[in-house]
Amino acid sequence: MREIAYDDLVKSVKAMVMHTASHLPEDALKAIEKAYEEEKSEVAKSVLKQILDNAQLAKSEDRPLCQDTGLAVYFINVGEDVKVVGGSIRDAINEATEQAYKEGYLRASTCDCFDRHNLKDEVGYNLPAVIHFDIVPGDKIEIEYAAKGGGSENVSRATVLAPAQGKPGIMNFVKQVISDAGPNPCPPIIVGVGIGGTFEVAAKSSKHALFREAGTPNPNPDLDAFEKELKEELNKLGIGAMGMGGTQTVLAVHIEKNPCHIASLPVSVNVQCHSSRHSHITL
Amino acid sequence: MAEYHMTTPLSDEDVSKLEAGDIVYLSGTIYTARDAAHKRLVDLIEKGEELPFDLKGSVIYFVGPTPPKPGEPIGSAGPTTSYRMDSYSPILIKHGQKGMIGKGKRSQEVKDACKEHKAVYFGATGGAGALIAKAIKKAKVIAYEELGPEAVRELEVENFPVTVINDTKGNDLYEMGRAKYEVKD
Ligand code: SF4
Repeated sequence: MREIAYDDLVKSVKAMVMHTASHLPEDALKAIEKAYEEEKSEVAKSVLKQILDNAQLAKSEDRPLCQDTGLAVYFINVGEDVKVVGGSIRDAINEATEQAYKEGYLRASTCDCFDRHNLKDEVGYNLPAVIHFDIVPGDKIEIEYAAKGGGSENVSRATVLAPAQGKPGIMNFVKQVISDAGPNPCPPIIVGVGIGGTFEVAAKSSKHALFREAGTPNPNPDLDAFEKELKEELNKLGIGAMGMGGTQTVLAVHIEKNPCHIASLPVSVNVQCHSSRHSHITL
Repeated sequence: MAEYHMTTPLSDEDVSKLEAGDIVYLSGTIYTARDAAHKRLVDLIEKGEELPFDLKGSVIYFVGPTPPKPGEPIGSAGPTTSYRMDSYSPILIKHGQKGMIGKGKRSQEVKDACKEHKAVYFGATGGAGALIAKAIKKAKVIAYEELGPEAVRELEVENFPVTVINDTKGNDLYEMGRAKYEVKD
C-alpha cells in the first residue's frame, strides 16, 4: 500500500486552488480567443476583448479572475492501493480549500439555505468543499478541481424525458435551458450535458463534463457529432458575449452518457461561464 | 452606438441622451449594494428614515468584491446578477437613483421605472473582476459592515466601462442584440 502524507496532500491541493483563482486555463483562453476572432458583433467583440484583457491582468497581478471565486468542487479518484496517513482525505481537501481561500484573498461564498448567513465562522471559510469521491484501481490519487461560480450554476437544469423523445427531445431541452438563461450565466459559456443514468447520475455527469478540456473531441464519435450539432444550434440563439447579441454564445458542448432504465431518459444541463477555472493533479 | 464619459451624480439630462448599446465611462462616486443591503435601504425609505448616502443622481453597483489584498482599495469587483435586486430597484429609482450597474436581465417593473423616472441600467462585463478593479481608486464601507462582501461601499471610480442595457425609452439591449443575431430555421 502506497502512502501519502496528509500534509503533502494539503499543500498540493492548496497550491492548485490558489493558482486556479487567477489563472484562466489554456483551453478556455484558446476558446475565447477563437470566439473573439469569429464574432460578428462589435459590442460582443468588445466584451470578449475585456474578458481576454482581464485574464491577462489577473495572471500578471495574481488577482482573482472574478469576484465570485466560487464553491470549491472536486472529483477525486482514489486508487485502491494508496492511503493517506495522518488524517482523512476529506479533511485534507477541506483544510486546503480553507487555507487557499483565506490566504489567496478569495471570497467565502457558502451560506445557510434559509437565513442565508455566511458559514465562514461556524463551518469554515468557503467550506464545506463539494467533493465527489470514486474508488479506482491503482495507487494514485487523481484530483480534478473547479471553482464554480453561482451565476452559471443558477441557470442549470435537470429533467427526465420520455425515451421516445430521444435526441430531438434532448436538443429541445438544452436549447430551452440556454435560451432562458440568456445573459445571466456570463456567456460565452461551456455547456455540460449529462444524459442517462438515474436522475442524480445525469446531474453529476453534466458537472463532470465541464472538467474536460474545451475544444478536445469527445472520444465517442456519435457523441462528438451530437456535441457539434448542439453547439451550432445553440449559437443560432444569438445571445452573444454577456447577452449583448452575437454569434459566439457557446464555446463548447461536452456530453457524458450513461446507460439508463428502459423507462426513462434523464437529461441534465450544467452551465459553465467563460471564467472556466479548473485544474487537476495526480499524486 | 455612441461613447460617453460621464461623472456622477447623473442628471435627467445625462441619462436621457443614453441609448441601449452605448458605451459609458463612468467617473466619480458610486455605491455598492447587493440584495441584503437593498432590502435595508428600502426598509429605511418605507420608515421615512435617512439613507446612508444621497440617492439623488446616484449610481448603485451590484457587486460583492473579494477581500482586498493589503494596500489595495478593493479585491476583484465584477458585477453580480441583477434580477435579485428587481423588487427593490423601482423604489430606489422613484426616490432619485439614476443608474444601476450589474449583469443579466431585469424585470418589466424595473424597465418601466427607468422609463417613467428617467434612469438607466448599465451592464458591466461579468467575470472581468480584475480589470474592473483597476477603475476603482478608493473604496470605503459606509454602512452594514456586518454584511461582509454585501456591505454598502462608497467607491471612487475613474473611467469605469459599462454598456447601456435599458435606457429611458424602454429599449433593451439584450432583446435588440439577440434579435439581430438570432438565426431562425
Ligand atoms: S457567472 Fe462566472 S464569470 Fe459570471 S460572475 Fe459568476 S463566476 Fe464570475
